[in-house]
Amino acid sequence: MDKEALLITVQEKLKAQFGDGLISSELLVDYPVFTLRRDIICDVVKFLYDDEELSFQYLTSLAGLHYPENKGHELGVMYNLHSLTKNYRIRLKVFFSVSDPNVPSITPVFKGANWMERLEFDFFGILFKGHPNLKRIVNVDDMNYHPMRKEFPLEDTTREDKDDKMFGR
Amino acid sequence: MDSKTKIEKIKKDNTSLSNAEGKEKEKEYTTLNLGPTHPATHGIFQNVLKMDGEIIVEAESTVGYIHRAFEKIAEHRNYYQITTLTDRLNYCSSPINNMGWHMAVEKLFNIEVPKRAQYLRVIIMELSRIADHLICNSVIGVDTGALTVYFYIFSLRERIYEIFEEICGARLTTNIGRIGGMERDFSPKAWATLDVFMKELPLALKEFENLLVRNRIFMDRTIGCGAISAEMALQYSFSGPNLRAAGVDYDVRAMNPYSSYEEFDFIIPVGTNGDTYDRFMVREEEMWQSLSIIQQAIVKLKKEPVGIFHADVPDFFLPPKEDVYNNMEALIYHFKIVMGETNIPKGEIYHAVEGGNGELGFYIISDGGRTPYRVHMRRPCFIYYQAYTEMIKGSFLSDAILTMSSMNVIAGELDA
Repeated sequence: MDKEALLITVQEKLKAQFGDGLISSELLVDYPVFTLRRDIICDVVKFLYDDEELSFQYLTSLAGLHYPENKGHELGVMYNLHSLTKNYRIRLKVFFSVSDPNVPSITPVFKGANWMERLEFDFFGILFKGHPNLKRIVNVDDMNYHPMRKEFPLEDTTREDKDDKMFGR
Repeated sequence: MDSKTKIEKIKKDNTSLSNAEGKEKEKEYTTLNLGPTHPATHGIFQNVLKMDGEIIVEAESTVGYIHRAFEKIAEHRNYYQITTLTDRLNYCSSPINNMGWHMAVEKLFNIEVPKRAQYLRVIIMELSRIADHLICNSVIGVDTGALTVYFYIFSLRERIYEIFEEICGARLTTNIGRIGGMERDFSPKAWATLDVFMKELPLALKEFENLLVRNRIFMDRTIGCGAISAEMALQYSFSGPNLRAAGVDYDVRAMNPYSSYEEFDFIIPVGTNGDTYDRFMVREEEMWQSLSIIQQAIVKLKKEPVGIFHADVPDFFLPPKEDVYNNMEALIYHFKIVMGETNIPKGEIYHAVEGGNGELGFYIISDGGRTPYRVHMRRPCFIYYQAYTEMIKGSFLSDAILTMSSMNVIAGELDA
């Protein structure tokens, strides 16, 4: 099955199962990408895991996203799933507001999501509901912010000798 | 003395040790802090162990001791400057990380790399895979008490580093290659060293295997130690030699070929039990396969036009320094690249390579700016190390050390 056929197959299956839970789907370079409503993400992952034709039973990676300009959908999570038996790869995305950063945890489906979700909680402050042990993983425990969010610049903001006007971010 | 007296190994469920009188006693547990800087763990890891005598009852890992925020730093650097960060992920095989990054960026920029450069990259990547596996396997030897093998094999790793040094000037954190190909062609000395290495490796590897593979002590120590089933390994998103030792033949080079790997003929070794011995044997066989891939690449290279080592993409490939000083066009492109004046395509891509430890993936989002908008690195170590506490439950402390070294947990990749 090529990329376009995979996109259509998964799209049909998700539409039939979840209706308007599937917000959009597109082919980005080489990956079929599906944007979903956040409350169904764990069910979708479980559904794709159990589906015999697709069997997405390998979680490749999981990453937090932050787009401060998208008001109401600032934060997001992307999931790369892989079907090892068929060699299909797809990407799922969910977006939600920074004021209510809750998303269901997928640890019931993939045990390996445990640390990946802890990392994204640590860096983006995304609260994974149902996670068994949601605490900071690489940063110190008493840190009171989430450093990968875009509002935290890398350089020390008190410095005046560095001017970014000329050379971009 | 009766020479036939059998020496029995202490069994894990031998109650006679903990309960001398056979009575039910309340268990007393000891808390043991293994790490962060324990001499037996190679790197900075902390594991808080709850011990019942010599047996581990519970464990908890703490990571992040050398966290350097690579993903954040990468958001503030030009695309060509990020290889210095990827170097420091799995520093035992940094060229693979560099190549993985370059290939990910080439996918984003839509650059087609010439065949000859691809084969050169394959040689570099397989050399560093051998270097990585040599370290891991000889360290398993050290942790079982066989220090000699470590010293035997290290002269070979030295030879690999000499080749890297000849190509890029650095040994450990190589920063090798450029977006669009290699920074320079292999020098005659690099080819000569490679020739010597190709002759030395089979002999040394044979000797290494003679010392360990059928060594009774080594086998007793490693077989059944730190085993993980294929189902559990997949649940934990294992990849690389650790997953293959459990019996799943997933290799990115074969499943999603990059850099012309589809043209090469190689076997993916798999284990059955997923224990330390299987991981050792899988890595051992992979070194032989890497050797064969390098041989095939050298043959293929001879059919390609000489002197081509990068794609013709002046917008992204840094010109040679002597041209920058003497050639107007080169100076302009140099300025454009360094100052970030080139047009960067928008988009998002994920590209994975088979690193020393498994699927090393780069997820890049570009918004057209001179730096990536978001970079996520899929580090195989970070993902499979979370299964460690489960794997060592109920085993001896000395086996836990062995399990860690056979999983090849590299602190740089773990914490990023």
